[in-house]
Amino acid sequence: MIIKGRVHKFSDDINTDDIIAAKYLVSTDAGELGAHCMETIKPVFSKDVKPGDIIVAGNNFGCGSSREHAPLAIKGCGVAAVIAKSFAAIFFRNAINIGLPFLESDDADKIRHGDIVEIDLDTGLINNLTQGKQYHTQAFPSFLQQIVECGGLINYIKKHKKDRSQ
Amino acid sequence: MGYTIAEKILMRHSGRKSINPGEFIQADVDVALANDITAPLAISEFKKSGFAKVFNKNKIVLVPDHFAPAKDLKSANQCKVLADFAKEQGIKNYFEVGCMGIEHALLPEKGIVLPGDLVIGADSHTCTYGALGAYATGMGSTDLARAYIDGKCWLKVPASVKFIFKGKLKKWVSGKDLILYTIGKIGVDGALYKAMEFCGPVIRRLDMDGRFSMCNMAIEAGARAGLIEPDEKTRKYVSAFKRRPKFYRSDKDARYEEVYEWDISRLEPQVACPHLPSNVKPVSGLKGVRIDQAVIGSCTNGRISDLRIAAALLKGKKVAKGVKLIVFPATQKIYLQAVKEGLAEIFVKAGGIFSTPTCGPCLGGHMGILADGETAIATTNRNFLGRMGSPKSFVYLSNPAVAAASALTGRITHPEKIKK
Repeated sequence: MIIKGRVHKFSDDINTDDIIAAKYLVSTDAGELGAHCMETIKPVFSKDVKPGDIIVAGNNFGCGSSREHAPLAIKGCGVAAVIAKSFAAIFFRNAINIGLPFLESDDADKIRHGDIVEIDLDTGLINNLTQGKQYHTQAFPSFLQQIVECGGLINYIKKHKKDRSQ
Repeated sequence: MGYTIAEKILMRHSGRKSINPGEFIQADVDVALANDITAPLAISEFKKSGFAKVFNKNKIVLVPDHFAPAKDLKSANQCKVLADFAKEQGIKNYFEVGCMGIEHALLPEKGIVLPGDLVIGADSHTCTYGALGAYATGMGSTDLARAYIDGKCWLKVPASVKFIFKGKLKKWVSGKDLILYTIGKIGVDGALYKAMEFCGPVIRRLDMDGRFSMCNMAIEAGARAGLIEPDEKTRKYVSAFKRRPKFYRSDKDARYEEVYEWDISRLEPQVACPHLPSNVKPVSGLKGVRIDQAVIGSCTNGRISDLRIAAALLKGKKVAKGVKLIVFPATQKIYLQAVKEGLAEIFVKAGGIFSTPTCGPCLGGHMGILADGETAIATTNRNFLGRMGSPKSFVYLSNPAVAAASALTGRITHPEKIKK
């Protein structure tokens, strides 16, 4: 799968309260949540972001709470993928489980705000079209890839239950 | 080759004879917990999946605590989703307002979580139960929905990191200070994807409440779990419960990715400054930081010993003019105990409020939102930008003694400065 979009740059330690403040957790609707994505740290973000855009951040992206509303809000505002130097563990699994594409890359620092990048999720290749540079990342372990290919954890479990009963 | 407590629990729950950090496993869960924010999403995913009945109604726990008692109509509707699902599925571990408490204080108190258990919770502070020697970890709503279906979860086995605390704690220094000190040393991603194991003579002397405070904040260093080896104190704590615990110890030759050893004899109370739990300074290093609000409670520090420490400082005194003191015990049992011991009266006479159990103030939900420009000292676990309300507010994290002392002076204060 290829994703191409404009980059929105964020720093280290972007936490789940930054991504979606607790006061909005009275809804589970991705669109409603998306309207308030990153509101605390960048109030214009949800208006500025276009469908297909890409978030690029530093270390420990998504630290803090377990709220799945965080990856949902990112998806809900139209972001197609997240690239970060590292992800907090719960955010990592939530993104896998709901099917938000993301890549871990040490080269995230080199990508600038506004760059146009193309990501190949199958190979883990990031192509920075603005800078004419390529960055290689590690593809996911096969177990995680299977979840993503099934379209999320629940579909994966349903498939496995069916396979076993046959 | 030896194993750590975390590895032993994960081996047992995945039916494996060996285990290595980095491996993916499918494990059976003993307890699957969710609250009024995360359960509605888990329940809707479960319903969409087409399965009619949960795998085991006795292993599912639902606690409306975040925006409960319901703060508005939307919250009320979210809480009702839990009540309806509990009724439909026959889930007995659903705790309505009146029996409810902050989940991470409530579950150990009720004996729902025991040593040796594998606990998953759609709440990041699920790691609290590591204080009992359980492997407890925060996950998302979809993970919970999956556990509702087949009672399992996927896990990547974490490497373990050992923290040895030597020496003797000074007066006014607690488990909260040990964990703040630790996070200050290693950073908010210092234990990313690791299991933290706390040990040494200081931990052995620490009471269960102090141990819960420590393990509660393992997530603030990025850890999947924070564990303490069970001992006589643990045995005593769980002795009254029906279900039988399993006590695991780490082998002498267990593998640790890193070992930290600190003598904490000179440690003074620690304060995490805005806007990260790792921005830690000793309390005496903070001069003249004015506060508008002091918050004592939460899953970190809302237990009876926390309230006793705060009350001892506040007894017969008044909070500084203009300071709002909010005390919220973590469970109904603690609430009642505080009333019986006269602690509630001390808080109210000091000019504070004594609230029903709720997570409300900690996450800027309700019961004490900070206005623009306001500063709070709080015994909670997070001080992210805007965490307790306005993005223009400031949160300092401390132990209950520092919070109570600061409420009296209106500035962040070392409790030793308060005269009897």
